[in-house]
Formats: sequence, C-alpha cells, structure tokens
Amino acid sequence: MKRTRLYPFHKKYGARMIEFFGWEMPVEYTGIIDEHLAVRERAGLFDVSHMGEILISGRDALPFIQYLTPNDASRLSPGQAQYTALTTPQGTFIDDMLVYNLGDNKFLLVVNAANSDKDYEWIRSHIASFDVQVENASDAYTQLALQGPDSLKILKPLTEINLAEMKYFWFSWGKVAGEEALVSRTGYTGEDGFEIYTLSPNPGIIWEAILEQGKSFGILPVGLGTRDTLRLEAKLMLYGNDIDETTTVLEADLKWLVKFKKGDFLGREVLLKQMEEGIKRKIVGFELVDKGIARPHYPVFLKGEKVSEVASGSYSPFLKKSIGLTYLPIEYTEVGTEFEIGIRDKRARAKVVATPFYKRPEKAKTE
Amino acid sequence: MYPTDFYYSKDHEWVQIKGDKATVGITDFAQKQLGDVVYVELPAIGTQLEFHKTIGVIESVKAVSDVYTPISGEVIEVNQELNDSPELINQDPHGKGWIIRLKIKDTKDLEKLMSSVDYEKFLEGIEA
Repeated sequence: MKRTRLYPFHKKYGARMIEFFGWEMPVEYTGIIDEHLAVRERAGLFDVSHMGEILISGRDALPFIQYLTPNDASRLSPGQAQYTALTTPQGTFIDDMLVYNLGDNKFLLVVNAANSDKDYEWIRSHIASFDVQVENASDAYTQLALQGPDSLKILKPLTEINLAEMKYFWFSWGKVAGEEALVSRTGYTGEDGFEIYTLSPNPGIIWEAILEQGKSFGILPVGLGTRDTLRLEAKLMLYGNDIDETTTVLEADLKWLVKFKKGDFLGREVLLKQMEEGIKRKIVGFELVDKGIARPHYPVFLKGEKVSEVASGSYSPFLKKSIGLTYLPIEYTEVGTEFEIGIRDKRARAKVVATPFYKRPEKAKTE
Repeated sequence: MYPTDFYYSKDHEWVQIKGDKATVGITDFAQKQLGDVVYVELPAIGTQLEFHKTIGVIESVKAVSDVYTPISGEVIEVNQELNDSPELINQDPHGKGWIIRLKIKDTKDLEKLMSSVDYEKFLEGIEA
C-alpha cells in the first residue's frame, strides 16, 4: 500500500488506518462523530494527499480542457478554480474534479484518488492534435485540507497570503509555515476552509503548525470516515457511489455544470438531447422515516418494486438521522415522495427531502 | 480490566450468569473497534437463540456489525435504553451498554467460552 508523506503523523495522532484504493489512509482518529462536529463547529485538518493532480500546459491547454469538460473553463481567471467533470461521449462521468487556472496556459486538475491513473490515461488518449503537455504530478504533491468556521483564524498567522480577501474557489501561492504552497478557498465539507497543495519534502511542518495554531480553537485531525459524512450532508458527489460512467451529468442533478453555449465537448450532443427530451431519472436526497440506517447498495422500492439501489447512505452526525442519495424515476423525485428501502429482511420507509441536507450558517463576508 | 465474573466469546461478546438467566453484551475491545455506535437492532422478546446465532446488529456511523449470542436461550428482556442512547455501548460496554437478557437453555455452551484471564490473553494475541 502507498503512504502519503504525512503517514508518520497519522500514527502520531492515533489514527485507525484502512486501505483506500491502494493507499494506507486514516479512517478516524478520535472518532467519526467527534471529528465531524469539530469540523462543523470549529476546525478539522485532513490529509488528502491521495488525491490526484494532473497538469495540463501548452498553447492548446484551454481548448483541450474545454473539449474534455462540460463547464466553461474560459470563465476562469488565473487564480480561479471551478468544479467540473471529465465526461464520456455519452455525457456520463469518467470523474468529477476541480480545475485550477494557474495562468500562462497552465491548468491543474485535482481528481479523485480512485481515478488518478484512469483519468491520466483518458486525458492522454484524447490529446490527438491539441498542442499540450500532460503531466501526472499526483505523487509529487502533498495536499492538506483545513475545514471549519475557524479555518481562516487558524491559518492567517501561518501565511502571508491574504486569506480574508480570497474569495470562494480562488487561490494563491505563498508560504504556509514557511513552506511554499498553493492555497485555495475550496473544500469537500460544506464549511469554509482551505486546501493546501505543496511540493515541500517536509509537509509535516505545515501539518504540525496548523494543529498547533488550532489547538486553542479545538482543532482535530480528521480521517476519511468523517470526510464522507461531511460531504454527504453537503450533498457533494462521491464518484463510484453517486456518479460513474452510467450516470449522465443531468441525471446527477448537475445541470448547472453544463454550459452548452461554450462550444463542443465530449457528451454535448447526448446531454443536449437529454435536456430536450427530459431526463428519465434523477438523483435525490432522502431521509429515513422509519428507524434504521440506509447504506450504499441497499435496494430501493417504489410501490413494492425494486427501482434502484441506495447510492450513498449513512448516519448523519450533525443532523442525527439516516440520510442518503438515490436515483429515482423522474415522476417520483418531488420532495415529500415516500418510498421504501430494504434493510436486511425489513422495508423501512424513506422520503425525498430537499438538499443539501446541511447548509452552513451565513456569516459576515470578511473576518 | 475485564470483569472476572463474565465469560467471553471469540467474537468479543460477554455473558454474565445469574441463576438461570444470562445478560449479554459486547466487550470494550469490540466497542473500540466499532467506533461510535449510532443504532442497535434488538431481537423480539421470546426469540429462541441457538449458540452463535445472530442476536441483531450494532451499527456504527460507517459499518454494520452482527452480534452473536455466546449462549443459547430465550430472549426475555432487551435493553430499551439503547434505542435512544446507542452510545451507552461505547460509554459502558460491560454495564449500562448490556444488550439482551436470556433464559439459559444450555449451560454446556459455557465450555466454549473464555474466562477474563483467557480473554485478555486472546486480546494480546490479536493486538500483537
């Protein structure tokens, strides 16, 4: 199994380790509920170095990315990032990802750990006559995520970057705890926070500095278990569970990602047709009405017939209920619709609810 | 550390005998492995359980774990407090976190179980 450069710190802070797509990663430190509430109420620090980083540069970098993705990357100024996807000609997902405009015809794609190699091969196989260089820099980068309402207060003293002025989905280069890094105001938790990318051979310096600075705020190191419960409450997609090569961008309720007017891209025709004809199914959020916990792959029943399976499902530590995501036939996707989920030998009632399940409280724009 | 008047199974359940009644729960080692318990599925009163049959499940945030009975018998009581406070299993696994009470069917099942001393040795073997 691969280990990130922060592995010694996982051990130092008492993490329980698991295998995650070839990586030995921390699933929890002090406990999922503890860590989850820390991020919602104060701050948490994640090692997400297993994520993939792919650099695309060259004269045709932007047209190349425009071709591979449904969102409009030409809207990105240098210093700005956007959520997007690598789509198939069927308008389904190879992966979801962030694309950062680094300036000078250079873009950084941050992709799921599980798909790094697949994405790199997919991108390379589409170079054709685009004048671009594609580099898989995944092993070079260490990535940390500091997330929670106290993130800015904790990170501010550690960097000269003006964090307060950094808008959501923008980024900047500078030093964090003396180490060179790219810092973006992004995250996968539904809270304010920052993701920190560094090529430093000693990223532990940043890790320890943040935990030290965050001590008085009650910061906790956070594992992958809580990463999942947080993103689910915020209704953020998880590749493999909620989206994959069989689900279209429209079925995944991500219509806002698709900018048809920007020009041609892989899957544009199919998605346009789907828009015109109407989608036949859509992903919805649900909560259990009966007792129990709905989990991935549990069967979903409408009027007694199995129509799909739970895509994502878990106990929500903040909302203290069982929530999840599933695809339902379009006629049954209205909020309030009741259906059933098979939990072992019983059927538990569930109902479609509005998403996101959790939205962070409004705060003053500058702190 | 582990109550000396309990018997222990290899699946990390404990049983305390009082007359012809047995109280069953999971051990401190088991609750640590599970993490935060958020839901417990309890059997119905009157359920007949054979040794090592499933009592129900204990669910943590991320996982579902079967609980097996370390002794055969009839379910005469279940810990209703676990419905509202499943975290009792984490907080007090050998006490308030008890799961079911059985009317014992076969005391010979106890021969398949470990004493606290043997269980602690068994744990050392696992954690090594």
